[in-house]
Amino acid sequence: MFVPSGDRSETEKPAPTKRSDMDPLERYRPLVDDYEAFREAANRPLPYVVRVNTIKTTVERARAALDEEGIAYEPVDWNPRLLKLPDGSPGDSWAYFHGWLHGQEEVSALPARVLDPQPGERVWDAAAAPGSKTTQLAALIDDTGLVVGNDSNLGRLSALRHNAERLGCTSVAVTNQDARNFSVKPFGSETPDRPGAFDHFDRALVDAPCSCEGTCRKNPGALDDWTMEHVESVSGIQKGILRRAVQATKPGGEVVYSTCTFAPEENEAVLDHVLDAEDCRLVDCDVPLETAPGVTEWEGERFDESVQTAHRIYPHQNDTGGFFVAKLVVGDEEVAA
Amino acid sequence: MSDQPTNDGQRFDRLPATDDEREVAGRATRREVLDWWEERFAIPPETFEGFTFWEKGKGKIWAFHGEVVDPIRIEGLGMTFLRTRQEHWKPTTEAAQRFGRAASKNVLELDREEAEAFAAGVDQDLDWDGDWGYLIAAHDLAGGLEPLGVGLYLHGELRSVVPKGRQR
Repeated sequence: MFVPSGDRSETEKPAPTKRSDMDPLERYRPLVDDYEAFREAANRPLPYVVRVNTIKTTVERARAALDEEGIAYEPVDWNPRLLKLPDGSPGDSWAYFHGWLHGQEEVSALPARVLDPQPGERVWDAAAAPGSKTTQLAALIDDTGLVVGNDSNLGRLSALRHNAERLGCTSVAVTNQDARNFSVKPFGSETPDRPGAFDHFDRALVDAPCSCEGTCRKNPGALDDWTMEHVESVSGIQKGILRRAVQATKPGGEVVYSTCTFAPEENEAVLDHVLDAEDCRLVDCDVPLETAPGVTEWEGERFDESVQTAHRIYPHQNDTGGFFVAKLVVGDEEVAA
Repeated sequence: MSDQPTNDGQRFDRLPATDDEREVAGRATRREVLDWWEERFAIPPETFEGFTFWEKGKGKIWAFHGEVVDPIRIEGLGMTFLRTRQEHWKPTTEAAQRFGRAASKNVLELDREEAEAFAAGVDQDLDWDGDWGYLIAAHDLAGGLEPLGVGLYLHGELRSVVPKGRQR
């Protein structure tokens, strides 16, 4: 999820050190095992990937529809619902018209799988627009239960609504709140006796707004506006959203945190902050891709050892975009809503 | 000021089960909605088991597959499904695509060329022996009949009502 630097109303940046002379990826040299391969992959365009929408069809029928139209595809090993399309977007195909396919980068399909929601559960997608992950969560619960897709930006919400409708999602509710102080009140948190009321979610996904370095293969411009000030300010927003997600999830429930950036300030530092501030812990999660562990040290700062359970995904490892994903379990201590 | 409750466009209200439970004048009931899909398209009412129906915006009915409090003030709840409070109720394109596979009446089968015109939003002259009014247009895809959306059939013409943002 990309937050354009112009959107940061809460930060008055004094004299932004726009490092146009500097290349933002260079700072990760000490973290990446094969730095040359990393740089080389970051410069290549990204394969086009779609997710089959199992709310409206099966993987078999979607493949058959592509076959009928002579559209080439390749399977993605770890996720049978993903297909690589060597010839690019299928936007004018029948499969797309019927809402059987949704364009979604391979790594972007990871956090919902790691969260692993079950039919009938209530799931919060804190920063949801334009809805790739919200609609994937709805498919994973067999479109039965509740996925609350929230976004603070009303304009982006219409994209979320459009995608949810096109993909036939009937388990998605849409809210327009600042995720950092999201209120469960509309869902009856203060009137627990009303049918359907609840005050905590079973699971939450925080696919946080970030500096988006990992999407540079898709948008080469993603690195042009990079500033350290943006990284620092967006890190504050990420901490606020993740804290609220932990608070809003029931004891024992799971929260997945993900970004598409390599910056430890937006990844491990956020986890470290929330581990201190809220009752939760990081747990191992299986990721069916080649990954590197979260880092415990960065530019003189040390993070909790458990951040190593997080997964860093570099473009050269699996020929994808860059990504970061971690899973937290909410503690049993009663949390104030 | 009248004591009669009216529709509030800022929130979702669950449809009453039957006429006896109706408080807001003109609001469709769940019974009427199920009967309408069954009468118009022969979609069995069991298809909608577990779905709740809600009104937000006058006459705009939403289908949601779960339980939430009633009323609820949020931006969206499930999918837009049906337009009521007018003489001829009109299903949405998305509802036709999502639930139309269960229909066995008033489904107009199009060949590939006709389907392409329909999906592009083009009106076309077609022979049809069934009812006039809103139909489900469908075509054969990947081994089955797949609903494309809603068409309005009048005087030998099928008008495509596929919204602009959904045309192919």
